[in-house]
Amino acid sequence: MTMAEPRPLTASPAAPTRPVYEIARLSKTYARNMLTALTDVNLTLHKGEFVSVVGSSGCGKSTLLKIMAGLMPPTTGRVVLEGKPVTGPRADIGMMFQQATLLPWKTTVENIVLPIEIREGRAAAKAAHPRALELLKLVGLGDFANVYPGELSGGMAQRASICRMLIANPAVLLLDEPFSALDELTRDFMNMELQRICAEQQSTAFLVTHSLAEAVILSDRILVMKPRPGRIVEEIVIDLPRPRTLEMINTPRFGQIVAHIRDLLGKEAFQ
Amino acid sequence: MTAKPELMGDPNKDTVWVEHVALIDRIPRWLAMLALAVIVIGIWDLATARMNWVSPIILPSPGETLDDLIFVGKNLVTGGYMLDALWTTTRTVFWAFLIAASVGFSLGVLVGETKFGERAVMPYLVAIDTMPKVAFAPLFIAWLGFDIASKVALAAFIATFPIIVSTAAGFYAASENERMLFKAMGASRWQTLIRLKLPTGLPYIFTGLKIASVGVMAGAITGEFLGGGKGFGALIRESASMLDTPRVFSLILYLSLLGLALFFLVAWVQRRLVFWNKADRPGGVG
Repeated sequence: MTMAEPRPLTASPAAPTRPVYEIARLSKTYARNMLTALTDVNLTLHKGEFVSVVGSSGCGKSTLLKIMAGLMPPTTGRVVLEGKPVTGPRADIGMMFQQATLLPWKTTVENIVLPIEIREGRAAAKAAHPRALELLKLVGLGDFANVYPGELSGGMAQRASICRMLIANPAVLLLDEPFSALDELTRDFMNMELQRICAEQQSTAFLVTHSLAEAVILSDRILVMKPRPGRIVEEIVIDLPRPRTLEMINTPRFGQIVAHIRDLLGKEAFQ
Repeated sequence: MTAKPELMGDPNKDTVWVEHVALIDRIPRWLAMLALAVIVIGIWDLATARMNWVSPIILPSPGETLDDLIFVGKNLVTGGYMLDALWTTTRTVFWAFLIAASVGFSLGVLVGETKFGERAVMPYLVAIDTMPKVAFAPLFIAWLGFDIASKVALAAFIATFPIIVSTAAGFYAASENERMLFKAMGASRWQTLIRLKLPTGLPYIFTGLKIASVGVMAGAITGEFLGGGKGFGALIRESASMLDTPRVFSLILYLSLLGLALFFLVAWVQRRLVFWNKADRPGGVG
């Protein structure tokens, strides 16, 4: 890439792979109230990397995600996915929200092929059913393809929405607090599932979360954001070995990292 | 061994107690309904046939009403003039409902989906809705004559507004998450409308249709009261003017069957169409 990077980020832990998503000098100002939501954000996601953003509410992390998803235009800066500028929603961007948001009048498998149906029509959606069934098996919902979402539990519904995100083989996964509506046990389990799925699919993932533990257990890197104006203040490389396990939460290293981030955020949050 | 906490009384005895339910709440449904009917009809019978507290012109006795119900029923079954009247009213109601549903739905989409509809059309609709719509009846008669058309117009006019409001509300009902999902999938406005907003709004739209099915009956009968013609409304008015109160009662009862039929038809279609709309669906939307 021949991108000007005035403030390069520290390199990834291992030898960095191909860059997938590149953001440079990004800023977002809401004209309505002259609020600077984001200023001078620079970040690069490499192939197969899992990067999280943490920060208190109002730090601009949701705005960042929306810009990355092509749901909102940036005010200034470059936003480039796979060499092409992001100027709107794209098929190679997979998204997952806090709520599973499955349509109750469609079966699970029909929900999963919905992105194909919207972009390429019903015939293409029908043709994608075998792939959808494969994905359902991947997330352990093989027997629930023809069930309506009303019969799925919260965790199962979120697993189905993982499949919907993956159906079009997106280049990047954007995860907007995907499991925060689930209970804690389910959430831990889903995080481990997400790790497994991302590893199997070699996904490049970008997670926005409130939970420091979740960010640390899943990520290769964590970007810490602060509000007023929203900016990235620190990048932390998580050197815990992979695959990660829930037991790692009890290691001193894990505790150190969480404490460090909490310290960074705490200074701001209670001013 | 750790010491067990002391339990009062016999440690092997279960804690047994029963929640008290009042007698009136324990009456089974069929018995409760039957009892209420018996009580009401009993008082009615007492006040009219037995004690003559109320003049039969004001309130006929249950016996008289039953006799007349059977008489009107026979006339209907044997295809008498009352069947013609009922058929006229049924046609009025049918057309009015169809017109109200299509006009109401179209305007509802306009108001719920476009900024123009919301900003420009809605205020006028609200203004018209606050007017007493029955007052338009003479106008409809002047424009459309004494035939069925003026009654259809009045009934449709009354029934359209609840459908507009509920359709618009239904199109707003899709959650922020669902809209964002469709946006992220690159869905066009039309796709979002058909694949998301319409199905999400169906339960609301059906609520509007149910209200309209009641309104259309009221409108049709009012139209027939005011504009004459050959419908059930005209029969009721004639009977009332001849102080034939039992006939008024039985005509109203048969008329209510028409209203019930329409209402349950709408409810039946809703159950078939909105099969997913159950009380709790944890994985689903809202």
